Amino acid sequence: MSTLEDLKDESGEEVETMTAAEVLRKLEEAWLNEKFAEDLLEAKTDLVECMMEQISEMEDNISRAKKGDFKVSIHRLEIDRIRYVLSSYLRSRLLKIEKFATHLLEEEKVRKDDEPSKLSPEEFTFAKDYDKSLESHLRNLALRHMPAHIQSLDPKQIAVRPNLDKYVFLRVNEDTEGVLVEEETLDTGEEIVDMKRGDQHIMRYRPVAPLVASGAVSLI
Amino acid sequence: MLAEKALELVRELERSIDGSLPPYNEDRVRQVLEEMRVLYEQNQKDVSATVAGESGLFSGVQVRHAALERNKRCLLAYLYNRIEQIKKMRWEFGSVLPTEVKYNLCEQEMQWFGRYNKLLANYMMSIGGSGGLDLTQDMKPPKTLYVEVRCLANHGEFETQDGNVIVLKKNSQHFLLRSECEHLIRQGILEHIVH
Repeated sequence: MSTLEDLKDESGEEVETMTAAEVLRKLEEAWLNEKFAEDLLEAKTDLVECMMEQISEMEDNISRAKKGDFKVSIHRLEIDRIRYVLSSYLRSRLLKIEKFATHLLEEEKVRKDDEPSKLSPEEFTFAKDYDKSLESHLRNLALRHMPAHIQSLDPKQIAVRPNLDKYVFLRVNEDTEGVLVEEETLDTGEEIVDMKRGDQHIMRYRPVAPLVASGAVSLI
Repeated sequence: MLAEKALELVRELERSIDGSLPPYNEDRVRQVLEEMRVLYEQNQKDVSATVAGESGLFSGVQVRHAALERNKRCLLAYLYNRIEQIKKMRWEFGSVLPTEVKYNLCEQEMQWFGRYNKLLANYMMSIGGSGGLDLTQDMKPPKTLYVEVRCLANHGEFETQDGNVIVLKKNSQHFLLRSECEHLIRQGILEHIVH
């Protein structure tokens, strides 16, 4: 039975450029961003898969260990913690997918081929089936009993959309200059902010959304 | 008043205690649909009368149309919010609903529940390539590996991961792996003892 450090380094060889600790850090960052962002962020399928592999490997290592070894319980707790982060991350995504299913599918329809999809293939299947099941449920119970001319459901009208104007807390990871926070209106001029590494801000989500996606800022 | 019944449905749901679901009010839903049918027929009549040359009916038609739209909206809101609640219960109770909850769902809602179950299971199986991940586990951040629990109901034998079999008898206390007994705690069979 190796110590925690050894265990992580050992399994780190599996990953090409990242160590296990780095993957975990990235996952935790993705988790927090996903938790605090209003809309769905890009799926980090690689991180999830990598972490799942790590977990099963660590479990293998533990099952080979002596019974009653003190280190075993520490490793187990570590696994539990990682699994919590992982599940919580996927859960908050799933929650958003259910809530915004119609909206996300619409976005997916107009997405160009070279743009990355926000949904992983599995999530896409889920969103599609979920949306379908919800619509057929509403149709079966209510819509088909209504007069013909109001039976239709306009996806544009009923879709629940994320509120991108919500305020978020964020920390800056990379110096970014000239972020346009407020467009110029009749009453006020435009507002531009230079962000320095380590700064913390509270601002609307919409202007910083691309920065969250690129990793220049993290939500906290 | 027009659309009063539909609003009553929404109110009924709003007033229900958090986390519970009132019985599906089939009667009232039918009444709302009936009201919509009557409104619609009256509108049809007035529209054809207008086409035939009669005047002064237009505002009546518009009011009825607005009432129709409102009824539709209230009805859909009622159904949608019930679904939200049903989903919440799926995460709480697992794939099998307690009988007293089942009793409050209508036939189609049960069907939808089954469908949602399948969807969720398929998705969770597909996570990470092999074997999947049960997302309904690990709902709270883990503090300790083992937790002290007390049985609130007779549950019978329970096999732990390392192969020991323990008997979960009412009022007995055990020291178990948190990951193993988490779902039993959520189902209300075990109670987590906090000192």
